[in-house]
Amino acid sequence: MTATESVAETEATPDVHEHPSDWAYVKIAAILAVITGLEVSTYYVSIGKVLIPSLLVMMALKFWIVITWFMHLRFDGKIFKQLFLGGLFLAGVVFVVTLSTFQFWAS
Amino acid sequence: MATATAPAVATGGHEEHRTATGMSNTKLAMWIFLGSECLLFGGLISSYLLYKTRGSGLPVPTDVFDIPFTSVSSFVLLMSSMTMVLALSALRRGDEALSRVWTLATAMLGGVFIGGQVYEFTTFLREGLGFTTNPASSAFFTLTGFHGVHVALGITMLMSTFVMSSKGKLHQEQSETLEIVGLYWHFVDVVWIVLFTVVYLVPA
Repeated sequence: MTATESVAETEATPDVHEHPSDWAYVKIAAILAVITGLEVSTYYVSIGKVLIPSLLVMMALKFWIVITWFMHLRFDGKIFKQLFLGGLFLAGVVFVVTLSTFQFWAS
Repeated sequence: MATATAPAVATGGHEEHRTATGMSNTKLAMWIFLGSECLLFGGLISSYLLYKTRGSGLPVPTDVFDIPFTSVSSFVLLMSSMTMVLALSALRRGDEALSRVWTLATAMLGGVFIGGQVYEFTTFLREGLGFTTNPASSAFFTLTGFHGVHVALGITMLMSTFVMSSKGKLHQEQSETLEIVGLYWHFVDVVWIVLFTVVYLVPA
């Protein structure tokens, strides 16, 4: 075996992994449903200044649960996570640049 | 000599086409596409936040929102992510019939969401909020409309895999095809998770 073949074989090692059971997916969906219920309840119950931070935290939590469990980022190769989070980071940059431009430099 | 692609591997979890990098090219391509989609929706959400209060004296979207109705739609789309992942899980086990049931359920839940969006848009139009009414309405319809188009495309992809499976062209060995469609579907769901909070629940 040549050095090149050895490297290629190492790189080609499959990232075979076990997936959660169907019951685990149902439990995760139940957690998501509960968080959604809490989000919607803020429309009916006034919670004052913590409203927006709590909504954003719940949103981020739901987002994270879906991408890690349902999209399998928790189990798949790191490169997939890096690509997606890279896009997400750039979207955040676009968001901040756009809003700050209109906030500070708009005539 | 190492080749660019290696044969499919079926050890333990599930089977995928392996490449010299150890990753599936189609899956890699889908993740790159989804990363770029983040930018698209990032731009659209920014635009909406900039214009959401610019009503030019006319109603803005936040004046006509029906939160209970949209909450039900959001719940339906969230549950479609569960049925999607159950469809993939069934196919990986080799239970093609059950996978078809979950795939069809996912497409139907997506259809319910789209139906809800059409109803919502129609109601807004009746209340005097059209696409060109003011900058706020244009930004709102563009953002949620783009998302709706993504859901519609997802339903098309789901129905395609359903037909493939019904014709006996989608087996356990090709579960990656359903996984790719599933990634797209879950992405559509996570975008709605953000939109539901930022557009509907955060007060103007």
